[in-house]
Amino acid sequence: MSTLQNVLIGSVRTAVGWLPEGWLPGGRPDPLIGRHGAVGRQSALSDAPEKVTGAARFAADVAVDGLCHAALVHAPITRGRITRLDTTAAEAAPGVVAVVTHRNMPRVDSPALIGLSNPSAVGNSDLPILQDDRVHYNGQVVAAVVAETQAQADHAATLLDIGYEVTKAPTDFATAKASARTIPTLLYEPTQRAEGDAEADLSTSRYAVDAIYTTPWQTHNAIELHALTVIWEGDRLTVHDATQMIAPTATALAKMFGLKRENVRVLSPFVGGGFGGKGFWDHHVIAVAAARLAGRPLRLRLTREGVYRVVGGRSQTEQRVALGADAEGRFTALIHTGTSVMPPYSCSPEAFTLGTRAMYRSGSYLYSQRHADMAVVPNTFMRAPGEAVGTFAVESAVDELAHEMGIDPIELRLRNLPEVHPVTGVRFSQHALDQAYRDGAARFGWAERPATPGERRDGEWRIGMGCASGSFPYVRLPGASVRITLHRDGTAAVACSAQDMGMGTATVQTQHAADRLGLTPETVRFVSGDSDLPPAPAAGGSGQTASIAGAVMAASAKLVGELIRLAGNASPLAGLRAEDLHFDRAGLVAREDPARHESFAAILARANREEVSVTASGAVPMEMFRYAMHSTSAIFAEVRVSDVTGEVRVTRMLGSFDCGTILNPRTAASQFRGGMIMGLGLALTEETLYDERTGRIMNPSLADYHVPAHLDVPPIDVIWTGIPDPRTPLGARGIGEIGTTGVAAAIANAVFNATGKRVRDLPLTLDKVL
Amino acid sequence: MAITVNGTKVDPPGDMRVSLLDFLRDDLHLTGTKIGCNQGACGACTVLIDGERVLSCLTLAAQADGREVTTIEGLAEGDALHAVQAAFVDHDGLQCGYCTPGQVCAATALLNELRTGSPSYVTGDLTAAAPLTAEEIRERLSGNLCRCGAHNGIVSAVLALAEART
Repeated sequence: MSTLQNVLIGSVRTAVGWLPEGWLPGGRPDPLIGRHGAVGRQSALSDAPEKVTGAARFAADVAVDGLCHAALVHAPITRGRITRLDTTAAEAAPGVVAVVTHRNMPRVDSPALIGLSNPSAVGNSDLPILQDDRVHYNGQVVAAVVAETQAQADHAATLLDIGYEVTKAPTDFATAKASARTIPTLLYEPTQRAEGDAEADLSTSRYAVDAIYTTPWQTHNAIELHALTVIWEGDRLTVHDATQMIAPTATALAKMFGLKRENVRVLSPFVGGGFGGKGFWDHHVIAVAAARLAGRPLRLRLTREGVYRVVGGRSQTEQRVALGADAEGRFTALIHTGTSVMPPYSCSPEAFTLGTRAMYRSGSYLYSQRHADMAVVPNTFMRAPGEAVGTFAVESAVDELAHEMGIDPIELRLRNLPEVHPVTGVRFSQHALDQAYRDGAARFGWAERPATPGERRDGEWRIGMGCASGSFPYVRLPGASVRITLHRDGTAAVACSAQDMGMGTATVQTQHAADRLGLTPETVRFVSGDSDLPPAPAAGGSGQTASIAGAVMAASAKLVGELIRLAGNASPLAGLRAEDLHFDRAGLVAREDPARHESFAAILARANREEVSVTASGAVPMEMFRYAMHSTSAIFAEVRVSDVTGEVRVTRMLGSFDCGTILNPRTAASQFRGGMIMGLGLALTEETLYDERTGRIMNPSLADYHVPAHLDVPPIDVIWTGIPDPRTPLGARGIGEIGTTGVAAAIANAVFNATGKRVRDLPLTLDKVL
Repeated sequence: MAITVNGTKVDPPGDMRVSLLDFLRDDLHLTGTKIGCNQGACGACTVLIDGERVLSCLTLAAQADGREVTTIEGLAEGDALHAVQAAFVDHDGLQCGYCTPGQVCAATALLNELRTGSPSYVTGDLTAAAPLTAEEIRERLSGNLCRCGAHNGIVSAVLALAEART
């Protein structure tokens, strides 16, 4: 993240802007857009039968002979050094194989921090991992105990005698905020953007709101505990992992342990939820090193508390949003600034102002944010990082402004929708949030909402409705590659190291490849979850599906050439060039003369080949520079608020999405709902509590951190515009994170509509609502 | 004595302190039963003892002595999915699949509870059979957390099964 990056991104944007559209990926729409094939059909998750029968093997389920188990010891202090370390009692405990501390841990470099300049970087932290006696944050791992059984390891871990010298550390936000820093780049955008004098325009606006909004620390809390099963065979390393970054993890481990990349294999065919939390953390390095020291296969499965101590979550934020509008409700000033936490050893900037920049036009604007240094487990990306909490602030503010003006909040939003990206001036590839609002409002029954708060009541319960916009950028990650193999029996395999955490990655790419290759989904197999396969990027940024789809496009184009070569002169296709052909009916067909067709099976049989295989990477994602590309949504919520207790119950929600082509309505609806439920938790119940005196997380358990339970989750209606994005593979944009955006504001706005009480501090717990 | 696990008699563990969860996973290698918290907060380890659901992380294996334990691996007969498993697939009641074995086991027991008329916290009339409502099912499944957000699909799967049985 640097100033240089800003210049580079700016230059690429400018250069790409000069090129004719046809020269770019996405310049000519994908021919599969609008075709009615396997894509667009309802299809159940392809691995659902294995999951419902318990046959799916997760990382901690793999059976290995001679397995030993590890338990971690976490620092109870926040910053300081280890002054006394006695492992004697632990080593003498029953079943103990090894005790790993900074004294005997192999010397390994810290991983490079995740950043745009190095796509293979995996580090959420660049602190040393068990390399010295220093402690940087509360819960940092200071030792690992390896034993024959998990119970023995857990017991022995309590027997370590460790003394500490404590030094002062920044542990309270108010103090840390005062010295917060500004970094040059927020992921892909300059941190500061300004046009005109927004403060001056605000002060002279006909209408204005100006408020502070705060959001809490959050933890991903995938139900699967992070786990690795590690097997060393000489200089070969096999890791069964729970990860959303398979290939990058293999590359990082090879580098850190001085191994050849081809000698490291990371397998992760099933991941029990990720949400940004299943990246690369200290326990990876400790488990791999401990297995080497123990000379045995080893399993390290974090405890639930261990997940909180080792894996950081979403940073708390304090945001200012100020909005000015003229008499017609056009925004004259928009200010979105604030502070989140990012210690210098971490990489996730919680970019809560990015979404706002694409959402509204305004006469003047000011966007900026700062990062406070606190002694905390390195925070990281969590589902819709930035936008999930940024939309709470800005979409609450829009609701406040609409109330002040006495106009409908949807109307106010529609009056301020941008024609082009408001900051960069770049055209949208496709943008139909207005339609999403109109469709959503009609279906939800928005017209029944009383404009005046507190008018609807059912006994002790006040009833209200709220809405809010969501936004999340399209990303197609560079470097995604796939291998397509056609077999003589007419089947095909598409393989890459993709991760499927239940989003339907394999299901949807099977549908896609079937359409791309002129096959039926039943004859296509998608293989993933293994770093030995052609590398796919991490599952992140809602970009996996588009990234792999781009690679499948590239590989299928290459496959045409390979098939022509194999077909030879005896083929009905002889003499035709790649551009004269397309895939159809399990073979190649001449565009001009559909009678000229030859099946893959026939081509392979004549060539006396069992199979043909090609590997290719997707084209450089230039469309991201040429166009403003964002999934958007209109979220609606209805709540009941108790007069007696202040309890908020969400009775129904609706998400109306504009995300391009929906590839599989069934899995997509589940993705949208899942995202919205995480937004529901952000709104009402979730909060990772740090003791600001000590810097220690106080509620590291699922009993004390409240993720929404069944009774909290109302029926959620999901609809979409389905308008294809002409600049993306299949016309699709990401759908994994957009669902989480906008939800917290929609619920807070509904609470205001029910009660007249505006709560600007998440979660909306009873004490704040009463 | 012996514990019957999915129809097979097995010796209880030698160490009486072993939880049913660890016994199933580590000794019997029945890894379909999952661990999410080890303190009874998430429901991922739900299994059936004599048809009733328990949290296997809070149950000692010894407590199952002389009783019948059914895990996710023991629900289906042969290759065909159990009705609850099939309904979860049909209603998209899962994503990552990690909480799924616990949800399926809990739902299986829940259907028996509804059949035998045992009330829940939200049952209004304790003198009559609990009504087959989504609210009843949500309440009875609230001990099984799901983070991917498959709640709607799970509830519709169980509701469809409950309605089909009446």
